[in-house]
Amino acid sequence: MDFQLTEDQEALRSGTRELLAGRFPRERLRAAADGAGPVVDRGLWRELGAAGFFGLRLPEDEGGVGLGLPEAVLVFEDAGRVLLPGPLVATHLAAGLVEGAASGERIVGMCDAGAKDQLWEHPADCDELIFLGDGGPYGVDASSPAVTTIRSVDPLTPLARVVVPEEGRPLGGDASRLRAEAALLTAAEQLGSAARTVEMAVSYAKERTQFDRPIGSFQAVKHLCAQMLVRAELARSAVYAAAVTREPGDVAAAKLLADEAAVHNARDCLQVHGGMGFTWEADVHLHLKRAWLRERRWQSTAAGEEALAEELLSEGNVAL
Amino acid sequence: MDLSCTEEEEDFRRKLRDWLGTALAELPPKPAATDWPGRRAYDCAWQRALYDAGYAGLHWPRDAGGQGATPTQHLIFLEETERAGAPYVGANFVGTLHAGPTIAAEGTPEQRARWLPPILRGDEVWCQGFSEPDAGSDLAALRTRAVRDGDSYVVSGSKIWTSHAEIADWCELLVRTDPSAPKHRGISWLALPMDAPGVTVRPLRTLAGSAEFAEVFLDEVRVPVSHRIGAENDGWRVTMVTLSFERGTAFVGEVVACSRVLGELARTARANGLWDDAVLRRRLGRLSAEFRALWRLTQWNVSEAQRSLRDGGSGVPGVGGSVFKLRYSQARQELYDAAAEVLGEGALDVDHEWVADRLSSLSYTIAAGTSQIQANIVAERILGLPKGW
Ligand SMILES: Cc1cc2nc3c(=O)[nH]c(=O)nc-3n(C[C@H](O)[C@H](O)[C@H](O)COP(=O)(O)OP(=O)(O)OC[C@H]3O[C@@H](n4cnc5c(N)ncnc54)[C@H](O)[C@@H]3O)c2cc1C
Repeated sequence: MDFQLTEDQEALRSGTRELLAGRFPRERLRAAADGAGPVVDRGLWRELGAAGFFGLRLPEDEGGVGLGLPEAVLVFEDAGRVLLPGPLVATHLAAGLVEGAASGERIVGMCDAGAKDQLWEHPADCDELIFLGDGGPYGVDASSPAVTTIRSVDPLTPLARVVVPEEGRPLGGDASRLRAEAALLTAAEQLGSAARTVEMAVSYAKERTQFDRPIGSFQAVKHLCAQMLVRAELARSAVYAAAVTREPGDVAAAKLLADEAAVHNARDCLQVHGGMGFTWEADVHLHLKRAWLRERRWQSTAAGEEALAEELLSEGNVAL
Repeated sequence: MDLSCTEEEEDFRRKLRDWLGTALAELPPKPAATDWPGRRAYDCAWQRALYDAGYAGLHWPRDAGGQGATPTQHLIFLEETERAGAPYVGANFVGTLHAGPTIAAEGTPEQRARWLPPILRGDEVWCQGFSEPDAGSDLAALRTRAVRDGDSYVVSGSKIWTSHAEIADWCELLVRTDPSAPKHRGISWLALPMDAPGVTVRPLRTLAGSAEFAEVFLDEVRVPVSHRIGAENDGWRVTMVTLSFERGTAFVGEVVACSRVLGELARTARANGLWDDAVLRRRLGRLSAEFRALWRLTQWNVSEAQRSLRDGGSGVPGVGGSVFKLRYSQARQELYDAAAEVLGEGALDVDHEWVADRLSSLSYTIAAGTSQIQANIVAERILGLPKGW
């Protein structure tokens, strides 16, 4: 057993971090948030495609990078850190199913076909929309389904309600597997956001002084930060383990804990920032809003808890 | 990120399982919780069985009489013994997890030869005399005095909350050898024989009604200077070695046990109809996520220790243990609160195992460093926040 990052995984992480810092620096995030730049940028999307972001797990002879789910989790964690917008998980999962997804030529959305209507992220930016139905995934042209836009709580994730079409182009692929992978990669983004808000809170707590000392020397602040780290690290173990085992219970636990870490850490980070935390100008709200959104996608809290509860009933289960 | 076991690790697990199969069948009946001599005998017999089978001091270095097993093998050992329902380390907790590793790391060859083999064989039981009435979280404020007199220290003072003091042969004792030095720099670590003249043990009753710990009064007790581990006044550093052992690996088996209890709670709730309550179901589901993740965090920490060993480091669990302990102590309390929910009025019957465990779970956020102290450690040593209040 060696449940730590390999050298290659470390290299992948630092490469991803470097790429994102160069291509999606904070100014671009802020420009998008302030309506001064695009949320999803086709040029950036193609660059991500060229860097292997979407084709990461496709075999090399199909134009992919040939890596596995643990590597994808590391990459999505870093995307979550910088709040990279767009239907990233959907397009990554569509690679190999939809022509042009892997290269970043086409932007693909994804919805569960479970209920009659569904929320669709980035409807105006997608070229194609995939539905995960019981009979397998099927795709429709992005312009065809009936939609009602809603004003999204997250300024960087436009949303529309879409009426699920009965049928579309059958795409191959396994819907339940795609659902689990979507939940796990979304959890990875949550993890990245949770880890980032710990850093933001800690650096602010070191800089900001009140009563002639850094606020980080006050225990009330210190303990908020400590609990934030605990949440992030617990989520990290769960997310990485689920990427290795792919076991449904592990995936459910990973999503639950990563949701908790992202949402709760953003809340605490906001608190540590005081009045500044309540402004549009600080990045904290962008983390919180995205975390709220992801919490409702691919596995809700209630569904995750119920699934894990059900699993406890099976005889001989030791829950590990 | 590899969670699979190597061939060697699997082999270790297989042999251990085989051995546990026969060893557990020969186990005598468990003594009553109040039968202290019986508990000591039971725990030591198990330690002896481990010794005879080559499993004693598994994670201790070979030159200290240990097996030099890797951290992963140690993890497998703790996991498998718990799954098989083997006895818990019990009275040998301090000997095998604190005092022993400290002597192994810091003792002279003579000291190792004197104290380590009896710990491994289950012949001698140790307790931990750190806390004092006025030195708990602020352990370095301890006042028990040791004054040099020829080849001995003369020790006077009192210790409190000393678990297993009544049945211990030895005590890892922290004393003040230099009252004029800054508080962390005047402390020494002594091996105190519990039968020395001047040692008085007075049991304290816990909220569970039992006498798990005691006060230890020391009245001019003579302790040979040769019983000091590490240099004089270097006891604080020596102690930190022990404490990281305590936080690193002490709870591994318990996480496995908690997961088992969680499954039992779910099945009990289904049998008594409470399973129809979505609030309870979801609470148990959430706890399942917690314990799964705590197990993965353990594997993460153990792998980190293993890499540190391989790269020539100490392999001593680091501050990551504090992250684990903060969350685990809370999760354990939530588990037994949920158990009370499942039991309904049965939660008022203190003879029920889960109710007794609910009571003992209350100590987890206090013993071995309170949750507030752990949070300070995480904030200051991992996150680098400034010291202060
Ligand atoms: C079941 C059990 C077994 C034990 N066994 C042993 C043993 O075998 N040997 C041994 O030496 N000790 C033992 N202890 C003692 C244990 O280590 C201490 O109880 C613990 O360190 C806390 O010290 P205290 O009880 O003096 O509480 P205090 O230090 O007085 O703490 C009281 C409260 O104040 C808070 N507090 C204190 N300082 C700070 C701070 N700086 N910042 C924030 N909050 C603070 C604490 O978190 C706590 O909530 C045991 C305790 C228990 C419960």
